[in-house]
Amino acid sequence: MPLTVELITAERVVRVEQGVDALIVPGAEGQLAIYPKHAALMTTLEPGEMVIRRAGQEEAFVVTGGFLEVRNDHVTILADASEAAEEIDIARAEEARRRAEERIRRFREQADRDVDLARAQAALQRALLRLRVAEQRRRRTTGRPQV
Amino acid sequence: MATIRQLRRRIQSVKNTAKITNALQLVAASKMRRAQDRALQARPYSEKLRAVIGGLAAATVDPEKPAHPLLTVREGNNVGLLHITPDRGLCGGLNSNLNRSAGTFVATSRNPVDVIAVGKKGRDFFVRSRVNVVAEFTDLGDYPGAAQVAPIARLVIDDYLAGVFDRVYISYPEFVSTATQRPVIRQLLPIEPPTSEDESQGESTFAQDYIFEPSPEEVLAQLLPRYVEMQIYEAVLQNAASFQSAQMVAMKNATDNANEITRELTLTYNKARQEQITKELLDIVGGAAALEG
Repeated sequence: MPLTVELITAERVVRVEQGVDALIVPGAEGQLAIYPKHAALMTTLEPGEMVIRRAGQEEAFVVTGGFLEVRNDHVTILADASEAAEEIDIARAEEARRRAEERIRRFREQADRDVDLARAQAALQRALLRLRVAEQRRRRTTGRPQV
Repeated sequence: MATIRQLRRRIQSVKNTAKITNALQLVAASKMRRAQDRALQARPYSEKLRAVIGGLAAATVDPEKPAHPLLTVREGNNVGLLHITPDRGLCGGLNSNLNRSAGTFVATSRNPVDVIAVGKKGRDFFVRSRVNVVAEFTDLGDYPGAAQVAPIARLVIDDYLAGVFDRVYISYPEFVSTATQRPVIRQLLPIEPPTSEDESQGESTFAQDYIFEPSPEEVLAQLLPRYVEMQIYEAVLQNAASFQSAQMVAMKNATDNANEITRELTLTYNKARQEQITKELLDIVGGAAALEG
C-alpha cells in the first residue's frame, strides 16, 4: 500500500498527497527516506528539501524545520514553514538573504551589538535553502526536455 | 416641533451616517469570511500537534518529575496575562466584554498581575486602569500570520523560563459564531498537557510504539514551544475573526437603525410639509376672499 502524505503548517495545509511511493525528508539524524511499511516514527526535521516521489515523478518542497510522524503508512509533516518549489518567491528569498547577510556583517564589524547572530544565520540558511530548491527546479524543468 | 428645514437637514445627516455604516458592514463582511477561513486552516495543524503532545506527555511525563521546564508547575506568584484584543472599535460590545473579563481577572487575582497586551484596545484599557503593562504588540493587521506571532511566543516563553512569570494566562475572544464571541481566559504556561480523548486507550503504549529521533525528550522539548506558539496563533486568529464578525453585526444594526430613523423623520417631514401647504392655501384663499369682499 502506498503512502499518504500530509504536509501541514500552522497557517495552511500545504499538500495532501495519496499514492506516494517514497518520501525523502531532512531528518534530525540526517537525510531520511520513507517507503511504505515504515515503522512508526516520530522525528524532528532540520531545514531542508523534501521530495515526494510518485509514479516516477518527483516534486520538491522546502521545509524550514518541524516534525514528522509516520504511522500505518500515513505520514504527517508539521512544518514550521513550507512551500512547494514552484511557489517559492525568488525575489523575496533574495531580499531575505541580502538582509541576513547585512545583519551578519554588522555583527562582525561590531557595529551593532543588538544583532542576534544565531537568528541572522538561521534566516540566511532558510533564504539560501529556498533559492537552492527553486534553482534546482528551474533547471529540472527548463534545462532538458522532460522524459 | 422642529422646523421643516431642520427636519430636512436631520434626514440628510442620518442618511450619510447610514452610508458609512453600510460601507463598513460590507467591508467587515468580506474580511470576516477570509479571517474565518484562516482560523479554519490552522485547525489541522493544531489538532495534530495536540494529539501528539497529549500522547507524548502522557507517556513520558511523570507528574512527580516533569520532563520539561515548560511543564513544571512552580510555586511562585508572578502572574502574567497575555491579553488579546482588536486594535479598533466600532464592533459593538466586543472590546468592553473582553476588557471587563480581563479586568475582573486582574482585580480578583490573589497575586499582582502584569499584562502583555496584544491589540490597542486592551493596552489602552489596562494603561487607563493603572495595571502594569510590560509589553505590547499592536497593528498585527486584519490577517495576522504565524511569523507575527513568533515574537510574542518567544517573549512569553523567555520570560517564563527566566522566572519573570511563574504562571501565564491568555485572554482572547473565543469565536463561537458570527453572532457570538465569548471572552475566555485560560492558562498558557505551565503547559497542561492536552488529554486526547479519542486516543485514550492507546496512550499507555504511545511511547513504545514509536521510534523517536533523536529521543522522546528531545522531540517533546521541540514540540512544546511550538505548542505555546500555536495556541497564541489560534487566539490571535480567533480575535481577528471575532472582530470582523462583531463589527459586521454592529454596523448592520447601525444601518438598520439609521434607516428606521430616516423613515420616521421622513414621515414627520411630509406631515409638516403638508401642514404648511394647507396653511399657505388657507392664507391665499383667505386673502382672495378679503379682496373680493
